[in-house]
Amino acid sequence: MENKNLQENNPMENKSLQETNPMENINLLEINHMRKQFGNLEVLKDISLNVKKGEVVSIIGPSGSGKSTLLRCATLLERMDGGDLIYLGEAVCRDENGESKYVSKKELKKFHRYFGLVFQNFNLFPHFSVMKNIIDAPVSVAGVPKKEAEQTARKLLKQLGLEDKADAYPYQLSGGQQQRVSIARALALKPQILFFDEPTSALDPELTAEVLKVIKQLAKEHMTMIIVTHEMNFAREVSDKIIFMEDGVIQQQGTPQEIFQSPNERVREFIGKLSD
Amino acid sequence: MIFSQLGKGLIVSVEIFILTLVFSMPLGLLVSFGRMSKNIVIRTIMKVYISIMRGTPLMLQLIVVYFAPYYVLGMKISSAYRFIAVIIGFAVNYAAYFAEIYRGGIESMPKGQYEAAQVLGYGKTQTFWKIILPQVIKRILPAVTNEIITLVKDTSLAFVIAVAEMFTIAKQIAAAQASIFPLMIAGAYYFIFNLVVALVMEYAEKKCNYYR
Repeated sequence: MENKNLQENNPMENKSLQETNPMENINLLEINHMRKQFGNLEVLKDISLNVKKGEVVSIIGPSGSGKSTLLRCATLLERMDGGDLIYLGEAVCRDENGESKYVSKKELKKFHRYFGLVFQNFNLFPHFSVMKNIIDAPVSVAGVPKKEAEQTARKLLKQLGLEDKADAYPYQLSGGQQQRVSIARALALKPQILFFDEPTSALDPELTAEVLKVIKQLAKEHMTMIIVTHEMNFAREVSDKIIFMEDGVIQQQGTPQEIFQSPNERVREFIGKLSD
Repeated sequence: MIFSQLGKGLIVSVEIFILTLVFSMPLGLLVSFGRMSKNIVIRTIMKVYISIMRGTPLMLQLIVVYFAPYYVLGMKISSAYRFIAVIIGFAVNYAAYFAEIYRGGIESMPKGQYEAAQVLGYGKTQTFWKIILPQVIKRILPAVTNEIITLVKDTSLAFVIAVAEMFTIAKQIAAAQASIFPLMIAGAYYFIFNLVVALVMEYAEKKCNYYR
């Protein structure tokens, strides 16, 4: 049923979303004029952003610039107040007279299959083993047969260097390992886009490196990713596009080169402070 | 003689104990949901309910539950109702305490657990039963153990509406023999009862210790 829906709304698409060719130019994610405020505080003011299949987009900027809120709105953890949010041509919400009108709750559910989110604090389920953390959502939410889910999980664990940790519990793992498990958990649902909300901010430099390595590997495999990060060198290396946010607006976006050699002094200053 | 008579009373006490838990623990969960409801009417009703249950003596509550059908509804009270009244009184009283323990546990859960579940596509019900509740149980076990141990001793309050549980019988024998010995035996029985409860709960806590 989901597929049928997809086809109806996206004539360009065939069943295999993962296939490359006909998708090459479609926007997996389209955000137009996103606005969000908490009380009187305007956190996001008119954010527009397109992400194509296979693109890696990094979002940088000082604390309180709205980066995380942008991610939370895009992943439906927060409701945006104004603007459009569109996944694969299907609108989650559209702006009507300056107000975001969301689809019904029921329809909202299916959008969760399009994206995954990796949290700063991992948010693994502590009472589940690593294996169960990875397979539980595919099995009990997406209806994947358990055997199949386990196979996928083992593949992912191997890919992320955790093949011997399937039966461990989160508390037995280092922060870096926990974050890799949470990446595996997100990937197990085969999302079209993977969001990262400061994935290494809770980790020391050594563990940071091991998580960044995994993300780089995913970039090589053309996983579409949007990464909020303070790791400038990593952003430069991995991104197709970098977005610099401040005060709830996108101050500048461009290729890493464009951003790192920005004519905007504020951008250069920010990057200079954080790169070594 | 004393031992077997007290033994019979003990069985009644155990019945009160078990039935109270069976009814009050799920009821407490419903009350805690109501207490945390977004609906202010439901929330307020539950708040008042909890505050009355905690703010008045359980002994008085038992009397009210037992006599209310007669005084309020004019019904005839059968002697079989005694035991039922005890169970109702205990269940609604303990539900209030359990509700607050549950609420404490549920509200102590990090928001990130809900958010992770939401992003992974779990529905609200699934999130609660699979992700939240198992962790809440681990967190509240020590507080629940306290409550359950109190319940063992509270079963003696059933004497107030003349249900012949262990303490009622101990007092009768003590009065007949003019000796406190039967009461001491009853005390020993309660102690052993609670020892068993504590051991069971300790085992349950150990069972939950496979994760942190």
